[in-house]
Amino acid sequence: MATKKAKTKAKTPVMTDLKGQTLLCLRTLTEENPAALDTYIKLGGYSALKRIVTDKVKATDIITEVKTSGLRGRGGAGFPTGLKWSFMPRYFDGTKYLVCNTDEGEPGTFKDRDIIRYNPHQLIEGMAIAAYTLGARVGYNYIHGEIWQDYEIFEAALHEAKAAGYLGENILGTNFSFDLYAVHGYGAYICGEETALIESIEGKKGQPRFKPPFPASYGVFGKPTNVNNTESYTSIPWILQHGGQAFADLGVPNSGGTKLFSVSGHVENPGNYEVKMGTPFNELLALAGGVWKGRKLKAVIPGGPSTPVMPAEAIMAATMDYDGLSKARSSLGAGSMIVMDETTCMVKTLHRLSYFFYEESCGQCTPCREGTGWVYRVIDRIVNGKGKMEDLDLLTDVSNNIAGRTICALGEAAATPVLSFIKHFRPEFEYYIQHGKSMLDSK
Amino acid sequence: MLSPEAITKIDYELTKYPANQRQAAVMSALRIVQTERGWLSKESITEVAQYLGMPEIAALEVATFYNMYDLSPVGKYKITVCTNISCMLRDSDVIVDHLKAKLGVGFNEVTADGKFCIKEGECMGCCGGAPLLHVNNTQMHEFLTTEKVDAVLKDLLQQSSDEEAVK
Repeated sequence: MATKKAKTKAKTPVMTDLKGQTLLCLRTLTEENPAALDTYIKLGGYSALKRIVTDKVKATDIITEVKTSGLRGRGGAGFPTGLKWSFMPRYFDGTKYLVCNTDEGEPGTFKDRDIIRYNPHQLIEGMAIAAYTLGARVGYNYIHGEIWQDYEIFEAALHEAKAAGYLGENILGTNFSFDLYAVHGYGAYICGEETALIESIEGKKGQPRFKPPFPASYGVFGKPTNVNNTESYTSIPWILQHGGQAFADLGVPNSGGTKLFSVSGHVENPGNYEVKMGTPFNELLALAGGVWKGRKLKAVIPGGPSTPVMPAEAIMAATMDYDGLSKARSSLGAGSMIVMDETTCMVKTLHRLSYFFYEESCGQCTPCREGTGWVYRVIDRIVNGKGKMEDLDLLTDVSNNIAGRTICALGEAAATPVLSFIKHFRPEFEYYIQHGKSMLDSK
Repeated sequence: MLSPEAITKIDYELTKYPANQRQAAVMSALRIVQTERGWLSKESITEVAQYLGMPEIAALEVATFYNMYDLSPVGKYKITVCTNISCMLRDSDVIVDHLKAKLGVGFNEVTADGKFCIKEGECMGCCGGAPLLHVNNTQMHEFLTTEKVDAVLKDLLQQSSDEEAVK
């Protein structure tokens, strides 16, 4: 494999730095027309796919390379991608499917949007390589409906790729064929859960399926299906161009490669920053221009609200990788950093988050459907000055009874902010209950 | 009756799925019909269901589950403002208050001339551009200030009167 060649070359793979970033998934960002096919090809795009299909590289070799890279699912669960790929049945009499999850809706998460609007062809190449490896004939990229302009950019890129022979029948003149389509959601956070997403592709309401069976054996239209996050697929072409080891070496043990971090909230320059795994938090914060208005940092939700909130001192000591954040008792999630400055009222923030989970619970499992509403109503009465001190234990109790008692992870996701906010900022909640107003209002 | 334009668009979506899985196109079909008619009446949903050969109740389930479908009339310009955490931290409430004052309506209300309505949205996955809103589920406006909101409203009014002049 040419990946071996890349390893023997002493040269580091070419990458462009954009303000201290290591651009891999967003490598076209330095160019004038980042989303154009020509731009991507100029930067070496589609060369991995070309080599793989013309040299007829063995699927097992590709999976080995992906395993070596240490790539883990970028959608939040962090499951090793190479291992997931090995679950797909090798022989199946019928159509196998490939699905990409571009259904961002967890507050603070907006990285995949930049991939589909700035570097759509790398995602297309990554999915084509995955399809070749797994024997999938048809693929869908499910994009949330709110980013309609970006959906159209991606769909245009699909037509462009097909016209150039990178998708469709007999790709690049070989006997490999793969059809890839863009499909959309229309406003449902739950469809980010892979089986709810599959239901939605089938034209149903997005209620998660009970697992097992997993999508690898029963997915889209009941057929074997591999579902990965957008950023995961987009990492694949680079891995096969430069080698799994080169990707692993960019990061730290257990967290290979680069990661896109979506930084939002109280920073000077919110946006996406692609950096090496293991980057210290303070460096990432500096890239985003630091805390805005010269204020002090109060807390950060590191991976979207389904990951525990971290007080300033804990996050300032952490590194941005799977182990770094789990050691600090939180989680990398999808890399969605919500930064809060010293003026933030944690009670009101939790109030808004709990409304979100109540609103977005799909209603299938009783503990989540009833529990999220219960939690919201209790926090709502605290915010309205009618809270009781016992409410804090009640919130903890209800949340503990949602988590682990539902079909999908939304239950845990809804419980996590409640438990972590009260754990780290209990005095603020007590003050609100005692005085009927926020501690921040009296400062 | 679905318009020929709507049918052409729905037929394009159907090419993405196996021939025996017409229901899969219901998400796009409902979007296409809503975009054309402004909102989804029961009759519209029935027409979509019949065209796709699926039970009406299954199409209704989809229309009621996803929150970008409008099951009652909305303004000509539906303005959805995100108020979730990242937007809230960057003062989306100022944007909401400004819109409400400027248009004289609250959430889920339509202005007397039928031109505008405001909805509270959940996270739209664009939090780097907070605070933000989108118009008619398609045009995203980010990094909002009250001045920017005024400019957006002015553009929409202009657009509307241009259309009326053509008529």
